[in-house]
Amino acid sequence: MIAYILKRLLATIPVLLIVAIFVFLLLRLTPGDPAAILAGDAATPAQLERIRDRLGLNDPLHVQFFTWFGQMLQGDLGTSLISNTDVVDMVAARLGPTINIALMTIVISVLLAVPMGVIAAWRHRTWIDVAVMSFSVLGFSVPVFVIGYILIQIFAIELRWVPVQGYAAPTDGVGAFFSRAILPSLTLATIYIALIARMTRASMLEVLGEDYVRTARAKGVRENVVLFRHALRNAAVPILTIIGTGFALLISGVVVTESVFNIPGIGRLTVDAILARDYPVIQAMILLTAGIYVMVNLVVDVSYSFFDPRIRY
Amino acid sequence: MKFKSRDLSAARRILKIRDLRVGLSGRPDAEPVLDGIDLDIHAGETHCLVGESGSGKSVTSLATMGLLPKDALEVQGGQIDLEGFEITSATPQQMRRLRAQRIAMIFQEPMTALNPVLRVGEQIEEVLAMHTDLSQSDAKARTLDIMEQVHLPDVDRIYAAFPHQLSGGQRQRIMIAMALVLDPDLLIADEPTTALDVTTQLQILKLIEEMQERHGTAVLFITHDMGVVAEIADTVSVMQKGRIVERAPIRTLLTAPKEEYTRKLLTAVPNLAPRAGRAAPDAAAVLRVEGLEMTYGGGWFRTAGGVRAAQDVTFDIAPGRTLGIVGESGSGKSTVARCIMRLIDPTGGEVVVAGTEIAQMSRRQLGPHRKHFQIVFQDPYRSLNPRWTVARSLCEGPINFGTPKAEAMARAAELLELVELPRDAMTRYPHQFSGGQRQRIAIARAVAMQPDLLVADEAVSALDVSVQAQVLGLLEDVQKRFGIAMLFITHDLRVAAQICDDVVVMQKGRVVEQGAATDVLTNPRHSYTRSLIEAAPGRNWDFANFRALGGAQAEQGTTA
Repeated sequence: MIAYILKRLLATIPVLLIVAIFVFLLLRLTPGDPAAILAGDAATPAQLERIRDRLGLNDPLHVQFFTWFGQMLQGDLGTSLISNTDVVDMVAARLGPTINIALMTIVISVLLAVPMGVIAAWRHRTWIDVAVMSFSVLGFSVPVFVIGYILIQIFAIELRWVPVQGYAAPTDGVGAFFSRAILPSLTLATIYIALIARMTRASMLEVLGEDYVRTARAKGVRENVVLFRHALRNAAVPILTIIGTGFALLISGVVVTESVFNIPGIGRLTVDAILARDYPVIQAMILLTAGIYVMVNLVVDVSYSFFDPRIRY
Repeated sequence: MKFKSRDLSAARRILKIRDLRVGLSGRPDAEPVLDGIDLDIHAGETHCLVGESGSGKSVTSLATMGLLPKDALEVQGGQIDLEGFEITSATPQQMRRLRAQRIAMIFQEPMTALNPVLRVGEQIEEVLAMHTDLSQSDAKARTLDIMEQVHLPDVDRIYAAFPHQLSGGQRQRIMIAMALVLDPDLLIADEPTTALDVTTQLQILKLIEEMQERHGTAVLFITHDMGVVAEIADTVSVMQKGRIVERAPIRTLLTAPKEEYTRKLLTAVPNLAPRAGRAAPDAAAVLRVEGLEMTYGGGWFRTAGGVRAAQDVTFDIAPGRTLGIVGESGSGKSTVARCIMRLIDPTGGEVVVAGTEIAQMSRRQLGPHRKHFQIVFQDPYRSLNPRWTVARSLCEGPINFGTPKAEAMARAAELLELVELPRDAMTRYPHQFSGGQRQRIAIARAVAMQPDLLVADEAVSALDVSVQAQVLGLLEDVQKRFGIAMLFITHDLRVAAQICDDVVVMQKGRVVEQGAATDVLTNPRHSYTRSLIEAAPGRNWDFANFRALGGAQAEQGTTA
């Protein structure tokens, strides 16, 4: 198992290398001269040349790449073209809120969606099943920002249970954190609840038709034990897969949610960077996202064997 | 042949089923699935329920367990009485408590019937956790005890094993241990040995009998295998289309069946004594296999390790002759068939079909030769493309080899007639046919290519015995008509005895014995062949003629 994890970690190197090359070329091949962007409209040719020299833009492409790559390995992703601050520091400062919201979203989604899916499958073709499936379709089709505004309207404006927007770190007090994080998490969670509930239901429906479920019932096992001990563990692999992919996709949902709830996370950092053509920040974000994808995939793959003893690495 | 002939009428009556009717849920007017079943089982009795697929055997057992699939089937009338307790009107709570304590059940396929993600020991222990107040250590002790009673070796290790780490026989022992741990009054066994090899089957049948004697359990044994019935039954009920058409003590049923349907079932059972050999034709062999070898895995260049699925297999088949490869699962018989078809690439040896060496050919070179050898697979439900009409399946091969479409269609229609299917079958889809009809289509598809060699890989194993007899007859017709050489892979010695001229016996990838079927099956020289023949249930009985094999009188006797 440990050997497998090490092997998988080694296998991530080429993936991340390809991403790195892509990220590097992104900056060099996009139309427009970074030096010109940096210098602004009023720059003289001499100024431009100085900036190019400073950024190493006059070196051959491969030299530029190795310089850049070497700096990256040392944790230096350059400085923002706009604010002139260190990119790694910028990202690090914004990472906390996003990760906290994302984790809370996943926890809420799994806790709600898995039982929903299980019960829908158990009560297949009854009103419960129809209700879960209808919610699922709704969760898929309503845009994230609409859900966000509806939740704000109800819980923040009408009922005044929670603040309208903003963010507080867990270190600022658990109450403050939860009251501000709950609406964004719920907003983001809607689509994942829909997704995971659907997958759980489909996977459970298949498993509930298996012989060993009949065996369990023939043993006089209680129905809840049949569902959660016998069936759900066998249905786990596709559910885990969808949770993993869902987590990776969260990053895109985060952008909108952070805007709606005014949260200083990496979603908004990314949007701002793209709008301002702040390439070093964009590069950092792409690398970070790719790294998260790869890691989540690894965790999901390894977790399969925890649920299914037939999967051994 | 010793039959059971105990008088059990004085024993406690465990189960009394009267006028049981089961139909489609919510549709009382539709044709019933079970139509007035009456059944009595006494303590210590083995009552066999026989019949072909769809006759209602399993539905009867599921109704007794209260496990009918709710949205499909429901009890629409009658009583199921378990010593005074009425099952048809029991609440789910009551039923749950009844199961495993009073009635237990074992199923056909122990691999799928056990939960793959739980340790087998836990699965047995769960029964105790659900129905008793035993402490965890007591429950574990009792689990290990029952595992020893079903003769599992090294119980501490097996306790912690997952189902996929055990053999088929061990898995079925686990199922039996699970069913009997609370000492139920009634054990329902639904085809419990059908998925097992014949030697394993014998052990499991013995085990069920041993457990039954030790605990005085009543056993309702569902099977389609008359050989098994002859070995174990006290009483037999024959089912057809949701009714019990005949019920009799085993000896009476096998010697003097009253009903036409019972006679038909019994006459269809292939005889274990080989039929008389056919004269060998004086023609060059169509298939010559020499030193065939197949090793799976084993790293680069296959130098070390690896699984040797077939080693040094050598035989040939002349036109119009049938050679059978028999053996248990894992013996390598299907590997040989697949190598000859080049569905997999053999790692060594020669395969010569119709004068051409094909074992070493590249896939591209092989293409034009494929028409010389065709295969019929075991499962007709999966071997036909469900989205293609029969005509398309039949014509695809010939058209690929350049036959004009009209001609291919005309020939397909002729072939359908040959395999006794209606002409309108051309435009229909596989799901519109029964298993036997589908296997006829699969045979027609193979024959459409006008092959020299037909490989039948367990081609009748999934079929009911009467259908099996018809399909075997059809294969012989086709063979006679076109002079095809046939390679017949089977685990069933009865079938082999009735269709093969020559037999190759395989064990663990090696040929242990080969020769004329009449020699090998009547005077086996190798101990493995002998053990296979001895394990064949009901081997001394000539079912089709209602008497012992070789004309000997049926011995009257009781089982020890």
